[in-house]
Amino acid sequence: MYHIISIRDFERRDLDYLLDRAQEFDAGKYQPRMLEDKLAALLFVEPSTRTRMSFATAMARLGGMWISVDSVEASSIVKGETLADTIRVLSGYADAIVLRHPKEGAARLASEFATVPVINAGDGAGQHPSQTLLDLYTIRQAMPVDGISVGLLGDLRYGRTAHSLALALSLYGVTLHTIAPEGLEMPESIIFELRERGMEVVEHKDVQEVLQELDVLYVTRIQRERFPDSASYYNVASSYRITPDLLTDVREHLMILHPLPRAGEIDPAVDRTPYARYFEQARNGVPVRMALLREVMR
Amino acid sequence: MSRTDPSRGLLVSPIRNGTVIDHITAGEALNVLKILGITGSTRECLSIATNVESKRLGRKDIVKVENRELRKEEVDRIALIAPHAKINIIREYQVAEKKGVKIPKILKGVVRCPNPGCITNSSEPTESTFEVLEAGLRCFYCDWLIKDNIANHII
Repeated sequence: MYHIISIRDFERRDLDYLLDRAQEFDAGKYQPRMLEDKLAALLFVEPSTRTRMSFATAMARLGGMWISVDSVEASSIVKGETLADTIRVLSGYADAIVLRHPKEGAARLASEFATVPVINAGDGAGQHPSQTLLDLYTIRQAMPVDGISVGLLGDLRYGRTAHSLALALSLYGVTLHTIAPEGLEMPESIIFELRERGMEVVEHKDVQEVLQELDVLYVTRIQRERFPDSASYYNVASSYRITPDLLTDVREHLMILHPLPRAGEIDPAVDRTPYARYFEQARNGVPVRMALLREVMR
Repeated sequence: MSRTDPSRGLLVSPIRNGTVIDHITAGEALNVLKILGITGSTRECLSIATNVESKRLGRKDIVKVENRELRKEEVDRIALIAPHAKINIIREYQVAEKKGVKIPKILKGVVRCPNPGCITNSSEPTESTFEVLEAGLRCFYCDWLIKDNIANHII
């Protein structure tokens, strides 16, 4: 059985295969009712808009059906049911389970109890492989991923999208620049692992140090709850805000990405520059998730 | 040191049947027992010697467990904290088997994941599982890496 749990489970050829399939779906090269007799359970025990809706959209586009749980309050988890039990029950209803959960490792655990494929749609500060695939897909649309310079900016400690993406990029000979406020730097264990995988990782405090060298700038949300008070949050958040003024002398093909939702990290005026690609990136969630759903329910 | 040296007395008496774990890193005997699941409430007759002089290690600990022959996969779990340990299976006062310990590739139920957000630190019916890497132990569920002080995380 094919589960999609962590980017660590993938080799480069697996990622390229899935990205090629996504490209076919994007180009409309597929049977519209490919998953007609299939049903996916979307178990989202943590808030999500884009991920949940794009999985639902992907199922609908392939002619499949879905059932969903959208919050802990609406589920038996509030009665103390374990995830293991919920998964065993859902395995009897659906052909695949898409799981978003606040605990790290939840999707791995779910895959041990499920009798149908599990797709990790984000587990705590851990992994978010479908987001990573759509990030790679968006980059690949504009340039070959091999050997480029990518800057990751924002909350790199708790930001699961940054961890997953960094691991994937290490398979493509990318030079990684991390740019994070004090206390929100990428965990030492992940940097260690990236370097073990042969990746060049350069750590920065200030985005201006490196902006002109980048092919891709990946911005993540700095969450207010990580700071002791509003003043320190605004102080840090404002110094990490991307504005059009910063984008003079950047590379012509620079691509700014963001997993969304944003909370002020990117000035809306940047949306009108040719560098802003985050809405296109969000749209790419659908063909990428179509490819994933199709692969696991083959 | 000799068992018959009258100036030193008899440190630990020989056992008739059971297992002797020798060459344990000094100070780790109690952790070894913890990993083996041998606690005060178990029925085994135990002898423990700590900080005994050793030609090879300088100081070492020794554990003797009477009437129980530990299996290889049981004792391999102690390799992380006592990599030089030697296991002697004793039958009728004689060493019937002698073996070293080998660090296993996967460690189950021995170490608790230090990540409070890890799914294994909840009420789920699962056992902590770590992959043993050169760099340390990686949680199979949340990918947390324990690089040092492994003994602090023993369940």
